[in-house]
Amino acid sequence: MKTFKIGGVHPQDKKLTAQKPIITLAAPKEAIFPLEQHIGAPAKPIVNVGDRVKTGQMIAEAGGFVSAPVHSSVTGTVSKIAEYTDPQGFSKQAIYIKAEENDEWADGIIISDKLETKTSLDAKEIIKKISDAGIVGLGGACFPTHVKLTPPADCKIDSLIINAVECEPYLTHNHRLMLEKAGEVIIGTRLLMKALGIEKAYIGIESNKMDAVNHLRETAEKLSDFVHIIEIVPLKMKYPQGSEKHLIEAITGREVKSGAIPASVGVVVQNVGTAFAVYEAVQFNKPLIDLFMTVTGSSMTEGGNFRVRMGTSMKEVLDMVGGIPADAEKVIGGGPMMGRCISNIDTPITKRSSAILCLEKQKTVREDVLDCIRCGKCMGTCPMGLEPYLLAKLTEIEDWSELEEHYIMDCIECGCCTFTCPSHRPLLDYVRYGKFKVGTIIRNRK
Amino acid sequence: MNIIVVSLIVLGTIGIIAAVILFFVAKKFYVEEDPRIAEIENALPGANCGGCGFAGCKNFASACVSATELGDLRCPVGGNNAMNAIAEILGVTVAETKPKVAVLRCAGTCAVRPRTSHYNGVSSCAIATATFAGETGCSFGCLGYGDCAKACTFGAITVNPETGLAEVDEDKCTACGACVKACPKGILELRFKGSKSRRIYVSCANKDKGAKARKACSAACIGCGKCVKECPFGAITLENNLAYIDYNLCRLCKKCVAVCPTGSIQALNFPVIKKDENI
Repeated sequence: MKTFKIGGVHPQDKKLTAQKPIITLAAPKEAIFPLEQHIGAPAKPIVNVGDRVKTGQMIAEAGGFVSAPVHSSVTGTVSKIAEYTDPQGFSKQAIYIKAEENDEWADGIIISDKLETKTSLDAKEIIKKISDAGIVGLGGACFPTHVKLTPPADCKIDSLIINAVECEPYLTHNHRLMLEKAGEVIIGTRLLMKALGIEKAYIGIESNKMDAVNHLRETAEKLSDFVHIIEIVPLKMKYPQGSEKHLIEAITGREVKSGAIPASVGVVVQNVGTAFAVYEAVQFNKPLIDLFMTVTGSSMTEGGNFRVRMGTSMKEVLDMVGGIPADAEKVIGGGPMMGRCISNIDTPITKRSSAILCLEKQKTVREDVLDCIRCGKCMGTCPMGLEPYLLAKLTEIEDWSELEEHYIMDCIECGCCTFTCPSHRPLLDYVRYGKFKVGTIIRNRK
Repeated sequence: MNIIVVSLIVLGTIGIIAAVILFFVAKKFYVEEDPRIAEIENALPGANCGGCGFAGCKNFASACVSATELGDLRCPVGGNNAMNAIAEILGVTVAETKPKVAVLRCAGTCAVRPRTSHYNGVSSCAIATATFAGETGCSFGCLGYGDCAKACTFGAITVNPETGLAEVDEDKCTACGACVKACPKGILELRFKGSKSRRIYVSCANKDKGAKARKACSAACIGCGKCVKECPFGAITLENNLAYIDYNLCRLCKKCVAVCPTGSIQALNFPVIKKDENI
């Protein structure tokens, strides 16, 4: 089975919610829509306080080319445009909407469960629809999808990779999505291929989800047009296979050079959730107003996979699954490896959300930090071939120019180094800070 | 025995030859250095703290020699004494400046600013800031992991474990500014020490709206603007829900301290007036 060459670890799976079907959660009573839910310029509000908005109506337009609009996920009245507190505790701008009981969908949106396989649109029209729907990469980075679909002129794209790896422990929403919405995912993939004008796509799935692999293959066969152009590739289990560069290497064998984008080797990578969102946006004009997420934790009995509307408070979502377990010590947004700790749960679900994970105390304890014994394990597991022990030390002594020479900007912050360090050194904490500093220096230079 | 004598002679000869070569090379390539640089260096405190903006005292000394007038060149540690000595060596004049001291613009002790989360990462303010806003509801205040204390070469800053705040020892503080640069929250500020060390400042950096700031910390500036109205000298400005006292204009009348509803305006080293309890 295919995988990437250097580094990587395999943390225990712990896919507790893999058998739980996706449940659609009720719309919130008050929804908060942050203006910064993507990489790039923040969106600009186009509604005023007191305006009545329908479900799916655009409430903030894109702030530039690399930006995405924001849509309301509820029908209701704009109560204020003010600051909210993000999961890490910082204050940012958001639109608050007080919801009515029943949904009134905005004009043009079709509500249907039927699988719509045909489209008469051309590439430009598809990209326009995706951009209007505010779709961003749902793998966590939130890079606007329409930007990825318009690669630089000197890059010749020949394949699309759908990232359905879900290599983080605990997360299962992509797995469930593939099992329950296989047809939609396949059509979404086909639409993305059409937008790029290419005839080859791969869907990369780790081998702990063979049921999804088989189900997608069967579905692709049923939708006979697609079986030869969309290849379902099972991959060997290894973290961080979900990283763009590593997935490309695993599937096509091509290596994306330091500092380059995937388009430079002719590949565009999209998350499987994005493919589903594209399907709904293009076929039914439905903007990105909800997303799939895993809510889990080892002592959470009612955890599962949910379809949640944007703007729902994280606390509300947790309450719907029985609240935070009593022994939970840490709430994480995302998976246990790359997710960020949430210090404020009164914060809305945004396009950035992918999972809520509650870990109990024994799993969150940081062991006492010992001296580096130069065992080199961090170098062995670094999937980017970096030297984490050195990067951490250089950050400690604040040697920014040396850090840049050691390719700190190539770090994907996967955390394999910290995970594997026998001295429990917080390598990633340092490297992430070093990367932040060096990144700032590089940006100021331009 | 023989071998020792031989090696002594051989090594000794090599040593003498090398010494002669070095002597002539040193003569030939002697770099003429302005003797005033060494003089100035002697007049400086020699802390190499970088507070002047140069890498060390020697760099500062050579910068002083090559500059036509001292202007912005100033050793914050040596203060007026050192600057007068330098001016005398160079034969120029230098303006007197008032001594400064670092102040922490945060009064959010553990008692008034409840913890809402707990951080167990690397004990460094810079790294914590790259991760989240802080353990309390206030994203502007002191984190208390002591980056300023580590940056201070004079041992003037310590983090008080009881309050969770950095504390500046004003006798040791030389206003070199290392802590100001080290603080990722930007809440340390160099302010005039004031006559008899008396000074007034807003001990808060919270730019959130009043209600949110108050909820996060009962000693926060809520931006009510009472102090701005009260100040007879126009020294206080209110921006982004936060009052700021301009130390150039403040005349230490303490009227603002009396009207502040949250007590976020600090008045330091003023004599305590005993209240007559009979009234």
